[in-house]
Amino acid sequence: MYAQMVKSTGLGVKSRDEMSPEEARFQDRIDAGDKIEPKDWMPEGYRATLIRQIAQHAHSEVVGQLPEGNWITRAPTLERKAILLAKVQDEAGHGLYLYCAAETLGVSRDELTEALLSGEMKYSSIFNYPTLSWADIGAVGWLVDGAAIMNQVPLQRTSYGPYSRAMIRICKEESFHQRQGFDIMMKMANGTEAQRRMAQDAVNRFWYPSLMMFGPSDKDSVHSAQSMAWKIKINTNDELRQKFVDQTVPQAHYLGLTIPDEALAFNEDTGHWDYSEPDWSEFYAVLKGNGPCNDERMAARKTAWDDGQWVRDGLLAHAEKRAHRTAAE
Amino acid sequence: MDPLFEFCLRMGDNTLVLGHRVSQWCGHAPVVEEDIALANTALDLIGQTQLWLGLAGEVEGKGRDADALAFRRDAWDFRSVLLVEQPNGDFGNTLLRQYLFDEWQALMLAALKRSTDTRVAAIAAKAAKEVAYHVERSRGTVVGLGDGTAESHAKMQAALDRLYPFVGELFATDATDEAVAEAGIAPLPSDLRAAYDAALAATMAEATLTIPDSRWTHAGGRDGSRHSEHLGHLLTEMQWLQRAYPDATW
Repeated sequence: MYAQMVKSTGLGVKSRDEMSPEEARFQDRIDAGDKIEPKDWMPEGYRATLIRQIAQHAHSEVVGQLPEGNWITRAPTLERKAILLAKVQDEAGHGLYLYCAAETLGVSRDELTEALLSGEMKYSSIFNYPTLSWADIGAVGWLVDGAAIMNQVPLQRTSYGPYSRAMIRICKEESFHQRQGFDIMMKMANGTEAQRRMAQDAVNRFWYPSLMMFGPSDKDSVHSAQSMAWKIKINTNDELRQKFVDQTVPQAHYLGLTIPDEALAFNEDTGHWDYSEPDWSEFYAVLKGNGPCNDERMAARKTAWDDGQWVRDGLLAHAEKRAHRTAAE
Repeated sequence: MDPLFEFCLRMGDNTLVLGHRVSQWCGHAPVVEEDIALANTALDLIGQTQLWLGLAGEVEGKGRDADALAFRRDAWDFRSVLLVEQPNGDFGNTLLRQYLFDEWQALMLAALKRSTDTRVAAIAAKAAKEVAYHVERSRGTVVGLGDGTAESHAKMQAALDRLYPFVGELFATDATDEAVAEAGIAPLPSDLRAAYDAALAATMAEATLTIPDSRWTHAGGRDGSRHSEHLGHLLTEMQWLQRAYPDATW
């Protein structure tokens, strides 16, 4: 998942005494592990939080095409080019499933797109970082998709039916993405001196931004409690981040690459890797729009949308003409 | 040069160059469905390139594989038609270029399925399935935008006027074509023109677009005698990593 800092109601979790009878019944269903379906009653806060979260994920998939698309025309072999095209195609497809899931909550895809372009809605901070060498395509698959999977796997069990089902399809494809990223890193890490340099440089630049993908530390994550009570969120940010670090560090060692964290050490007591927190001021700056590529990413999406207006209008006009002609026959 | 080698280059360079062009759309399409469709089309074309250039390397027998042919030849050794080298322009221009190519490719592949060379016939059988979908989609989009709003109609007519002068090269016929036709490997391109014209006329009528009167054509791509200026830039980008790090494997 690519959802960070998704605002919930901001009111905290209601106690049983504070809930209306409808809210209490709803919470019972959630607690019993029922799936909530589009036509079922749901609290407005649940609906609004889900829309924000699913849309943020959808926008991330769509914007996420850009940093990877940056290397399709320069992919070093035909096979690598084909694999990258397939991956980016999958991502656009994930965007589509997720927009469809959001639409079941009573919002249109065009409204969501407008909200992205106006800056009202966000996408994951990670896509505001540039892809500067071919190794970055490996690092994006290995680290970025790896971090995304950590979030997505538990979300297959999320309480909202359409979201859960979208996530099940997405997870199947994401694990393939992560493997292709790792495969690129293996080639680079075992390649020439220049390739090893590219691989290490990619890890240096993508490590902390990948850790940021899980969102701020639990102590600063003000909206998590309600989302967890509703099973829109299954694990805390820090739990998932730790899981990611534990999984990734041995992989980096296997590749012979260095994680850019001098404090990184295996803690025998906890059985986990201790690691340094990312620079959260950078994270907040990126969310505010001051990441290395925020302006370019938004400009590219805005141009695509604006330049595509005549195409959407033209195809719609044609469909109406056809419907009219069919009706006249 | 072996005519079969040359023929495979012509097929594979067309799909490589067009696949590259289409892939440039990634993340920039008018709607997400089009992002998916464009990436899918590019993926098919790159997959076909692997097959055609793979066969070219096998026929040549000098140890060059598909990647060596794609990434280590200079522009003058490419055999792509000028149509596919043309820049994307707007979405309508891209889809019109795609349609003009798809309709030709579908006819060519249908004939190649009967090739006396079983390797050629096998590639054609696989590619024809993909191209049937490409034609359906590019044709539908050309019709939709041609017969859409006044603005979309005007843009599509301008695209047709711009690109039609590149169509004739698809049907040019030289000694290489005669040699592979003689061997029963491939049809004479000129023999495909009548069916192409009929398909184009039907599509453009439905799209309310006017096919230019003149059949005059630009040429020089498929025999490598005079490519467009665009090809050099495209290859500079595409081949950069292989050229900059010749001792690396990826």
